[in-house]
Order: sequence, then C-alpha cells, then structure tokens
Amino acid sequence: MEQVLELKHIHYAYHNLDGETPALTDISFVLNKGEFVAIVGPSGCGKSTLLSLIAGLLVPEKGLIKINGKYLRESTTNVGYMLQHDELFEWRTVYNNVILGLEVQHMLTARTREKAHELLDFYGLRQFEHARPSELSGGMRQRAALIRTLVLDPDLLLLDEPFSALDYQTRLNVGDDIGQIIRKEEKSALLVTHDLSEAISLADRVIVLSGRPAAIRQTIPLIFDLEQDTPLNRRNAPEFKTYFNLIWKELNTDE
Amino acid sequence: MNELSATQQQYLLQRRKHKRIVCISRILILLSFLFIWEFSANVGIIDSFIFSSPSKIALCFWSMVLDKTIFLHMGITLYETIVSFLLVIAISILVAVALWFSSKLSEILDPYLVVLNSLPKSALAPLLIVWLGANKLTIIVAGMSVAIFGSILNLYTSFTTVDPGKLKLIYTLRGRRYQALTKVVLPSSVPAIISNMKVNIGLCLVGVIIGEFLAARNGLGYLIIYSSQVFKMDWLLMSICLLCIMATLLYSLINLLEKWCLKRF
Ligand SMILES: Nc1ncnc2c1ncn2[C@@H]1O[C@H](COP(=O)(O)OP(=O)(O)OP(=O)(O)O)[C@@H](O)[C@H]1O
Ligand SMILES: [Mg+2]
Repeated sequence: MEQVLELKHIHYAYHNLDGETPALTDISFVLNKGEFVAIVGPSGCGKSTLLSLIAGLLVPEKGLIKINGKYLRESTTNVGYMLQHDELFEWRTVYNNVILGLEVQHMLTARTREKAHELLDFYGLRQFEHARPSELSGGMRQRAALIRTLVLDPDLLLLDEPFSALDYQTRLNVGDDIGQIIRKEEKSALLVTHDLSEAISLADRVIVLSGRPAAIRQTIPLIFDLEQDTPLNRRNAPEFKTYFNLIWKELNTDE
Repeated sequence: MNELSATQQQYLLQRRKHKRIVCISRILILLSFLFIWEFSANVGIIDSFIFSSPSKIALCFWSMVLDKTIFLHMGITLYETIVSFLLVIAISILVAVALWFSSKLSEILDPYLVVLNSLPKSALAPLLIVWLGANKLTIIVAGMSVAIFGSILNLYTSFTTVDPGKLKLIYTLRGRRYQALTKVVLPSSVPAIISNMKVNIGLCLVGVIIGEFLAARNGLGYLIIYSSQVFKMDWLLMSICLLCIMATLLYSLINLLEKWCLKRF
C-alpha cells in the first residue's frame, strides 16, 4: 500500500535556559493512503509536538520524516493542519478567512475561488460568507476552519484536537460530520485527541502514547463488523466498549 | 420595524432625557465660566490687565483675523504638527516592523530606546537649534523627538503580543514571516496603531510648541512666548484657547479615523 507518511525514530526535546524537556522518544509509524489514524495519550505528553514536526514547524533532533516518499524538507505535498482553536481572523469575513491559505500560497485563481464557494455551499456556510466569524456558532466556525484547510486540497490532514473547544453535543455532531467529510474526500488523516470515544468512532487505527517523553505504547487497529461504517453506528456497536476498555487500560497502566 | 413595547419606549425616553441633561450642563458650565470671568474683570474683582477677559480675547482674535496674521500663526503650527505626526507614525511603524523581524536587533536596541524614551525631550530642543538652526526643520524634529521613542516601543510591544496561535496558523498554511506580518501582525495591531496615534498627535503638538518657544518667528508657540515677554495677556490667553481648539480638532480627526477603521476591520 502507498505510504503517505513515514516516521522513523523521531526524537525531540524543547530547550530553554532552565534545562531541556524531552517531548518525544523514538517514535516510528506509518500512515497509509486513505487511512485515518488517531493518536491518544496523556495530557502534555507531546502529541501537539508530534504534529508540529510532521507539519515542518519544528525540526526533529534525530530521526527522519518522509511524506509521499520524499524527505520532509524536499516534499511538495500539501499538508493541512487543523489547530485546536479555529483561529479565524475577526478582521476578515468568513469567505476571506477561508481563502487565507490560498492567499498565503499565492494560489488565488478563479478556479480556487470557485472551489472555496463550492465548499462553503456544501457545508452550509454560503449565506454566511460575508459575515464576521463572531456571528457564527462554534460548530460553524469549526467547519469554516475545516474549509480553510480543505480548499488547499491537502493529501494529508493533521487534526490537533479540533473539536475540543466545542460543547459536547456540537462536538459529537461536528466530529462525526468532519470525520465523514474526510472519508468522503479520501484524505489521509492523523487525529490527536483526548477523547477515546472520538478516536474509536472515527479512526482505522489508534496509536497510544506513553506519558512525556512520549513513546508509542501500542497500536490498536479498529475493526468493526458493520454494514454502514459511520461514527454513529460505531458508537452503538458492541465492539466499541471492548476497544474503549482496551485503550483505557493501555493508557492507565504504569510500565 | 415592529412596535416598541411600553417599557422599551420608557427606557429610550429616559436615556434621551439623561443625554439632554448632560449636554445642557456642559454648555452651562462653559457659559457661566465665561460670564463670571467677564463680570469679575469688568467690575474689577480681578485685574483684567493680567487675567484679560473673554471679550478682550475675542476682540483681539477678531483684529488678528482682520489683518490675517492669526491664520499664518495657526497654519504654521498646524503644518508643523501634522508633518511631525505623520513622520512619527511612518518611522515608528517601519522601525517597529524591523525590530519585530529581528528579535536580536530589538534586544540589542532595547536599552537605548528605553533611555531615549525616558529622557525629558524638551532638553533636546536647544541642542537641535544649535545643530539644525532656528528654522522649521528644527521645530518638526522637536515635535518628533517627543513622540517617536515611546511610539516605537508601544508599537513593538503590540506587535510582539499578537496571538501566537494566529501566527502558528500562518506557518501551518506554509506562510513565511513576511506573510505573518502582513496577514496577522499589522491587521491585528490596527487598534493599537490608532490609540498610538491618539497619544502621538498630542505629544507632537507639545514638541512643536516647545520648539516654537525657542526657535520660531511665527506660530502659536512663538505668539505665546512673545506675548508673555511684552505682557500682552490678551494674545497669550487667546493663543492658549486656540491651541485647545486645535488639539481637540486634531484628536477628533483621529477619532473619526478610528470609527472608519472599526467599520472596516
Ligand atoms: N515551547 C516549548 N518550550 C518548552 N517546553 C515545551 C514547549 N512546548 C511544549 N513544551 C513541553 O513539551 C511537552 C509536550 O507538549 P505538547 O504541547 O506536545 O503536549 P500535548 O500532548 O499536545 O499536550 P495537550 O494534551 O495538553 O495538548 C509538554 O510537557 C510541554 O510542557
Ligand atoms: Mg496539544
């Protein structure tokens, strides 16, 4: 199978005057094309650091990262990164927020504008395109942020707890929604989350990290025997509880 | 619009009444101040030679309007203030951007900026006269010197306190530092730039007046210092009144700009 992302023996530590904070030790895994992988781990273990490394915002101290077979530095693959907060700019309209990435990458053409409009239309934000972000609900804001990421047509999506700022009900809806969207668009995705049920209902595979400095504890493939594999159906399936307990135990045992 | 409820109407009525009272009281205070001043000067409670009086000030103003000298003085002061204000804004934005680009540079220059900012700038004016001569340039530079260092420090602080999440977003979109500047730092600093302008317009006026005290043959600052030397209190108080009006007008101009910006951003 085609590998979108490959990490080999990644180490990373933060340095400051008080000393160093090791964040990641010896992380290796592979993400295949079209696969949706969730990463869970204790708070502060280094999950966001891992995504920042993959996005190229930080450079690993040891190890290598390959995207679509090329070293990260030479890679031209578009990586979409959805942050924990939507970071919509209040001084721009929703539409102008959505095309921010196109603007930054000098890709604003009639075609890409058209695409932005289509996506806004599709995700029910068309009539809000001239509104300010503050006029949107939390779920709508998150969808706008997703469109901002999707309009760049990324091959790989990095999601850093993108739903955690939402209230529980919206979170379920938007999470399931966005999970479906990503599946439909056949993107490969890496989702960092605190929420085990979110991970289990969305992903093909769950990677469990240990406490800081993070190392991979275990990788658990999720296999559901369902006719229609939707997040909602998964939540009601009998396997759901089994996986939940398995991951829960894995997170909470000390080595 | 649908019908307003009775309580809402009553509330609106109350607000309007409140506003009217505030407005009328303000005017009354001004009028009674002028009246008491005029009255006590006329009756002889205060010496009108030293304290002048509203009518004398108005007459003095009118005679200078007739021989057109007042327009020259006001025009010069206004011109110098606006030029130094615009230069301060432009230079301080440029310098703050440069400091933002290079954290090393900003760390190196920080103590110098702090020292220059805390220096009483009026001390510089005599120096400027010797260096640059007694001319308009000196006065403009004097106006700038009062505002510029504080302005740079303020802007730089507001640039560096931009939400790190928004900067991270730009970098995740594969933006460079230049784009972080144009898409995040500058737009989100618009309120800071405007409030900085509000402070600077006043400071520039202070600097220009100081400069005119020392190195001018015209302008309101010159008028003030000259009239105090020849004991023409009508002139002096009139110049101060005109300065008041000028400062208020300049300030409200920036308020207008702020309103316009708020609509856009
Ligand atoms: N800029 C930094 N300088 C120093 N230490 C840092 C820095 N950023 C993060 N850390 C440390 O590195 C560790 C991992 O941080 P990271 O943000 O990757 O954790 P996380 O797993 O995403 O946490 P959370 O679940 O709270 O989002 C944390 O313990 C944190 O204290
Ligand atoms: Mg995190």
